[in-house]
Amino acid sequence: MSILVNRETKVICQGITGSQGTAHCTQMLEYGTKLVAGVTPGKGGMTHLGVPVYNTVTEAVAATGATVSMVMVPPPFAADSILEAIDAGLELVVCITEGIPVLDMLKVKARLENSNTVLIGPNCPGILTPDECKIGIMPASIFSKGKVGIVSRSGTLTYEAVKETTEAGFGQSTCVGIGGDPIQGSNFVDILKLFENDPETEAVVLVGEIGGSAEQDAAKFIKEHMTKPVVSYIAGASAPKGQRMGHAGAIISGANATAEAKQKALMDAGVTVVSTAADIADGLKEATGWN
Amino acid sequence: MNIHEYQAKEIFKEYGLPVSEFYVSTKATGIGKAAYELAPGPFVVKCQVHSGARGKAGGVALVETPAMAEAFAAKWLGNRLVTKQSGPHGKPVNRILIERAIDINKELYLSATIDRASARLTVIASASGGMSIEELALTSPEKILKSYIDPLVGPQPYQGRELAYKLGLTGSQVNAFTKIFLGICKMFVEKDLSLVEINPLVITKSGELVCADAKINTDPYAAYRHKELAELDDPSQEDPRIARAVAAGFSYVPLDGNIGCMVNGAGLAMGTMDILKNLGGAPANFLDVGGTATKERVMEAFKVILEDPNVKCIMVNIFGGIVRCDMIAEGIKGAVEQIKISVPVVVRLEGNQAHLGEKILNECGLNIVSARDLRQAAQLAVNAAK
Repeated sequence: MSILVNRETKVICQGITGSQGTAHCTQMLEYGTKLVAGVTPGKGGMTHLGVPVYNTVTEAVAATGATVSMVMVPPPFAADSILEAIDAGLELVVCITEGIPVLDMLKVKARLENSNTVLIGPNCPGILTPDECKIGIMPASIFSKGKVGIVSRSGTLTYEAVKETTEAGFGQSTCVGIGGDPIQGSNFVDILKLFENDPETEAVVLVGEIGGSAEQDAAKFIKEHMTKPVVSYIAGASAPKGQRMGHAGAIISGANATAEAKQKALMDAGVTVVSTAADIADGLKEATGWN
Repeated sequence: MNIHEYQAKEIFKEYGLPVSEFYVSTKATGIGKAAYELAPGPFVVKCQVHSGARGKAGGVALVETPAMAEAFAAKWLGNRLVTKQSGPHGKPVNRILIERAIDINKELYLSATIDRASARLTVIASASGGMSIEELALTSPEKILKSYIDPLVGPQPYQGRELAYKLGLTGSQVNAFTKIFLGICKMFVEKDLSLVEINPLVITKSGELVCADAKINTDPYAAYRHKELAELDDPSQEDPRIARAVAAGFSYVPLDGNIGCMVNGAGLAMGTMDILKNLGGAPANFLDVGGTATKERVMEAFKVILEDPNVKCIMVNIFGGIVRCDMIAEGIKGAVEQIKISVPVVVRLEGNQAHLGEKILNECGLNIVSARDLRQAAQLAVNAAK
């Protein structure tokens, strides 16, 4: 078991013929992901990386039975691509694109509320279930199959958590990067629910950062519903107030946005909170009794 | 992106929002002349800088005569205004705005921003205008009114009326407020803004509504479809180092410490700062080089970091995804050689071909130390900066 994606998952890529799409789809195919088609308007009928390219998502889905799409198109076209994927009835859309205007995302969110599609991202590194399926841009070499579920708002910091769990010998069940934008398809709670119900996941690492109040929502959910141990690192304890730290979502404005407030909420919910990314494995040992 | 009050008021006018007639000038004589145009006084004169809390810092004044207005402008133009929000060096005052003073009966607060939790454009209003909304949120949150806009339906007049009645407005003020409510929502959406703030929204003694201040922030992600807003950018209001870093495509925030940081990814950049601090060090900056750490970008990033004279050591922390670490190592080596970096450089490379990268750095004969992991790198950097 795992969450969201496994070895059976059939994936298409919107934007497969672009340079980013080509580079990352190549890696996904090498990893063993069942990438069955691509979509690029105007390039329908061609074959790229050994898979057929279609003009529309609906056509690609009808021809291949895919249930998941990875969106890797430039920001001006990304919201349109996500909406197309929702309308085609896909179960899961993973949007890697960084820089989608916030107002475009508001429309996408409103459309998601009336659909059965789950969106991960945008501005995220994707999802990876070790040895089964990689969707996105995560470096496959650092993963190992195992028992820790990882959910994170950051890209490269996610890799740090993966490396920690791999080197400690715990491995990962599934790793989900939910992205660093203020408006996201899925939040911590959505993913925590899935990990709580996944028999293969024995503990969860939650990597948060300053800005917003998603970590407080996660803390509330953990307190009320999680039975599995959770370890958390919140990036940005050393960040100054009012400054946007790279991610559009990472800015301290309001009392909930500070690292201290988030750490406190999580600790109150019984989460093992560690103060640096290099302490994640130790935190897991403490929370689970593993060694 | 931030824009000036006078620029925001120009946009307000485009959307039919009530602002007082105003003039802007870069010269004190221009302000004196404008005062004669606006006469009789009194007048409000305001320094145009990218910062809030201007009033308390002396950057806003109520003056009686054109001569006093000109004197205010002469005092501030060419100087820097230091406010609670501007940072210790303040912001340069290059322009003064002058408008006729309004007879204030009551001050309201009105703003529009994106509410993350509901993923809606949200209009925030309060009958307690003039004070900071952050303060109000802490002391009397019940006085803050909110209205959520459905992105597919758009703002509706009834929502404006609802707020108006809750604010205690009556008669023609209700319609005037609703017009402002609809106007700021339309402006927010059409211009891709991230914040509109009117504090205060004044009710004059004759009962009219006037936007006495105007603050607008734009969504940087939408800059590509708003060339007209890009023209409003005023780089003089930015720290020159930030301006340079932004031009090179980096996210950069200068800090007080002495360990320069070059990291790929915003989260990891914060994570690097956190561990430095945790080990007793002090980061000199936040810098995210982005996904493609080529030699040119690495070199440019070193230059930005080294413009800070406090930097005693540089920590490079790259978690390679698709990019090969040996290529990055070559880039770092080339950059250190070419720009003759004299401070020690601690490098942590992780990911694809990391061992090859480490070998290149260890054998290059330069002042570069390579580290195995995050903690070791941070410890080495903290020691080197002591």
